[in-house]
Amino acid sequence: MLERTVQIVSNERDTDLYFRLVMRAPEMARDAQPGQFVHLRVAAMRDALLRRPFSIYQARGDTLSVLYKSVGKGTDVLARMGPGEELSLIGPLGHGFTLPKAGGETPLLVAGGYGMAAMYMLAERSPQRGIVFAGGRRRVDILCEDEFQKLGWDVRVTTEDGSYGEKGLVTHPLIAELRRSAAGRKLFACGPTPMLKAVGKIAEEFKVPAELSMDEHMCCGVGVCLTCVIPVKTTDGWEYQRTCTEGPVFDASEVMWEMPK
Amino acid sequence: MNLSVKLGSLTLQNPVMVASGTFGYGVEYSRLLDLNQLGAVVVKGIRLGPVRGNPTPRTVEVASGLINAIGLQGPGVDGFIKKYWPFLSALKVPTIINIWGTTVEEYAEVARRFDALGGVGGLELNVSCPNIKEGGAQFGTDVKLLAGVVRACRKATKLPLITKLSPNVVSIAPYAQAAEAEGSDALAITNSFPAMAIDIATRRPKLANVTGGLTGPCIKPIAIKLVWEAAKAVKIPIIGMGGIESAADAIDFLMAGATAVAVGTANFYEPQTVLQVIAGLREFMQQRGIDDVRKLVGSVQVAK
Repeated sequence: MLERTVQIVSNERDTDLYFRLVMRAPEMARDAQPGQFVHLRVAAMRDALLRRPFSIYQARGDTLSVLYKSVGKGTDVLARMGPGEELSLIGPLGHGFTLPKAGGETPLLVAGGYGMAAMYMLAERSPQRGIVFAGGRRRVDILCEDEFQKLGWDVRVTTEDGSYGEKGLVTHPLIAELRRSAAGRKLFACGPTPMLKAVGKIAEEFKVPAELSMDEHMCCGVGVCLTCVIPVKTTDGWEYQRTCTEGPVFDASEVMWEMPK
Repeated sequence: MNLSVKLGSLTLQNPVMVASGTFGYGVEYSRLLDLNQLGAVVVKGIRLGPVRGNPTPRTVEVASGLINAIGLQGPGVDGFIKKYWPFLSALKVPTIINIWGTTVEEYAEVARRFDALGGVGGLELNVSCPNIKEGGAQFGTDVKLLAGVVRACRKATKLPLITKLSPNVVSIAPYAQAAEAEGSDALAITNSFPAMAIDIATRRPKLANVTGGLTGPCIKPIAIKLVWEAAKAVKIPIIGMGGIESAADAIDFLMAGATAVAVGTANFYEPQTVLQVIAGLREFMQQRGIDDVRKLVGSVQVAK
């Protein structure tokens, strides 16, 4: 974990409201592991004081990149920044994905929207290729499909409005695939909470292991403020664990989807 | 140049500390900054047993501030000692432990436990957390209850005692005086302000707890006024806090009457703030030829 002022190399629109931000951050690029995130501060903004967490998309040489959607006070300002401008970064943070082993379970990646970003390094570093299920509402929500194909992954796209790929939810082709064969497969997922919940239930139903990258509101990002907690099963009941520190990646079997009474 | 100040028998190398609940147990930030540069480390509130905390969402960002309702999640006395004390006790700077309970007896018991531990810099009595149904703020908004808690803790320990007051009172002076009269060595002013935010799309409160405590730069002017009022009412030192994110903010508190200050919410978005405040304070004093930070304390000039 480091804190650095970093320079923007590029910050370009990908599709619609999605942007790719590349920053020069050599030490963080070197240390980054699949599924980890960086905590980014745009500048001193009075109505958006807090840092924003972003999954690390790619770490290449001296640069580190993230994919983000311009959706609010912080990301709108970020979207207007350009090369040479500076940002404050803390990272790499969090507990990431377990890298698949050669000859081990075949990885099936499930991503919703910019959840694809958290999957790239996993896809890149996994010794074996598998299938990427990429889902979104509309065509513009499907990101970096080409990059995954270039890595040799089979990318299966779904959109809810049917404007691209198969019409429906990302879980539909996943279920079909697991019906064909579930043995020896493992799920890795990142996306909105309802999607993660559905993937967790599917993993349980098909008795396949799954790792989920949880998306929670974050504040400090380093384990101090206890904002980003989720209820997690323990040997003697349950406890709140921090998405920023014990997560963002949790074993699906540990995540509690309903609050205990 | 002297930056050191005293809180009762506790000497701080400089007057800049961190606020309870914004710095975890120190270890979390130790990879980003040298904790031995601080005046003191103040840990998150601890009661006798472990606490699960409130459901989520627990925080919401608002203009120039943050509303939180964490619910004092924590490991309890034993969990804290096992997990965090080895690290904290090895620091060169004092650790102040924020303690709370739901009864006067529990406050006193926690105070006794930390007294017996040895090596603790001081105890901060949290009588002002707005997010706990029992304990917390109920003690901080009733002068008699407040006096009872301070008295019981004073009997339980010889450690320096800091009473962290609630801002949620008509006048802070009687509370400050009650804590002083019962043997509190210092006051911490202020805790967070009760607050609420609503999601207008869903018509739901933005916090699961419905209400929470407001902190951050937006509360600073209110906190300054509370410090100023309390400083006129008591002789014991005051630790001023509320929205500090620069040396100028810290000096504002010192001039209002605070002997020390604490950086809170700013730790969440800029962990270097506390070190920047110390450096900036030194620079301010150097530029003006002020050789002792204590000369700044209460130096605001109000026309009679």
